[in-house]
Amino acid sequence: MAFSNQQATVYNDTVVRQFAIMTVVWGVVGMLVGVIIAAQLTWPELNFGIPWLSYGRLRPLHTNAVIFAFGGCGLFASAYYVVQRTCQVRLFGDKLASFTFWGWQLVILAAAISLPLGFTQGKEYAELEWPIDILITLVWVSFAIVFFGTVGTRKVKHIYVANWFFGAFILAVAILHLVNSAAIPAGLFKSYSAYAGVQDAMVQWWYGHNAVGFFLTAGFLGMMYYFIPKQAGRPVYSYRLSIVHFWALIFTYMWAGPHHLHYTALPDWTQSVGMVFSLILLAPSWGGMINGIMTLSGAWHKLRDDPILRFLIVSLSFYGMSTFEGPMMSIKTVNALSHYTDWTVGHVHSGALGWVGLVTMGSMYYLIPRLFGQKQMFSVKAIEVHFWIATIGIVIYIAAMWIAGVMQGLMWRAVNADGTLTYTFVESVKATYPFYVLRLLGGLLYLSGMLIMLWNTLKTATAGRAVSVNIPSAVAHA
Amino acid sequence: MDILYLLIPLSVVLVFFILGGLWWAIDRGQFEDIEGEGERILKDS
Repeated sequence: MAFSNQQATVYNDTVVRQFAIMTVVWGVVGMLVGVIIAAQLTWPELNFGIPWLSYGRLRPLHTNAVIFAFGGCGLFASAYYVVQRTCQVRLFGDKLASFTFWGWQLVILAAAISLPLGFTQGKEYAELEWPIDILITLVWVSFAIVFFGTVGTRKVKHIYVANWFFGAFILAVAILHLVNSAAIPAGLFKSYSAYAGVQDAMVQWWYGHNAVGFFLTAGFLGMMYYFIPKQAGRPVYSYRLSIVHFWALIFTYMWAGPHHLHYTALPDWTQSVGMVFSLILLAPSWGGMINGIMTLSGAWHKLRDDPILRFLIVSLSFYGMSTFEGPMMSIKTVNALSHYTDWTVGHVHSGALGWVGLVTMGSMYYLIPRLFGQKQMFSVKAIEVHFWIATIGIVIYIAAMWIAGVMQGLMWRAVNADGTLTYTFVESVKATYPFYVLRLLGGLLYLSGMLIMLWNTLKTATAGRAVSVNIPSAVAHA
Repeated sequence: MDILYLLIPLSVVLVFFILGGLWWAIDRGQFEDIEGEGERILKDS
């Protein structure tokens, strides 16, 4: 068993490398589809009359690709890397880890084929039909076994805070997926939800909001709590606060879902509960944001010449912005204006492009050179350019959507003295046109940044080679 | 709103699960040397 003994002295970075590369690849694909549908909203002729290219089918492809393919691969890569480094032990179950990679790519491929063909459960962010849902479940259970198996065999007594965030993300997503995707199959590519009417809507947004809370927040906070201290070379500002942040956040998120269903058939008190918990969420969210940013306290100069740190810190400022905006939009009176407008789209993208996107890119820029035995990315200048293009793109995108959204909300509610509506709906669409053009421009910039990252990643990977890293504690703790 | 009979108990169970996790962590001395743990990750490769 000499081979397995030798195996146990190095980290399993193969699976991390695979996921890291695919994060960048899927990022390009998902954002490209986003740009295409932004162009379709501006010029509907771009559907070309082909059903597979219609907006209604490409939009779920975009959201699935950026959230689950780009974000998902980034989370797999960083969870696998961080749990090994902080527990100082090789990943539990090599074959199972490998299965999570290939299984997850198969899920993405199945999504990329089935969504344009029009197979959908019709649930936002949970569109995939039941056979794919089963595959997701298998991959996710394997992910949990690999992750918690690694934590269970750790050589360091303390479980680093990032692992708590990753662990909560894995468990919560498993529960959410199982409850929300419960469906009765009616053929191989068709199923009906186990719930009906407003019940179904409540389950859907219990899922939807917690997907934001646990997939798009807790998971990426795990990234943040490891890669910011590492890149800055300083411990997190207050480790104590990071623990409070974790427990407060996971306790509060579960209850905020009903704010997606204000002024619907959902009982009023349920909506109010959702609103109150959304407002409470501001506290842990900002605690975490301040904790992350203040990690640079006393070393602010590092922001001046380290573009990776800039990605990470600016991502936190977008996290702060969108976790302030979110609770505000959950207030029923504000929601009466904002709901169903492009303000929501702006809010989502300040979180998605600003927080999730930038923190993932920053973490991958830290990770990729190390996975290929390099000191830094092939071109640091290109990271710098990417940062500025992406940031300018985000600002254009969200400013355009804010203005468009508030304008739409005001036009829809405007009434004449005699009680008739001042504007027809199509007038608000026409007024939005210039902002759709601006949004397309912002998206194009963001996509260009991602293409630079792809080039830089390929250059770094080909300049270096896949390396094995020894586990330090195997010697130290013996 | 029968669905609330599923979602609320489920969320309450999760809260107890979360409290159990917190209890376990405190009981196992996870938070004994809390600031030192923040420093440790800087030392690995």
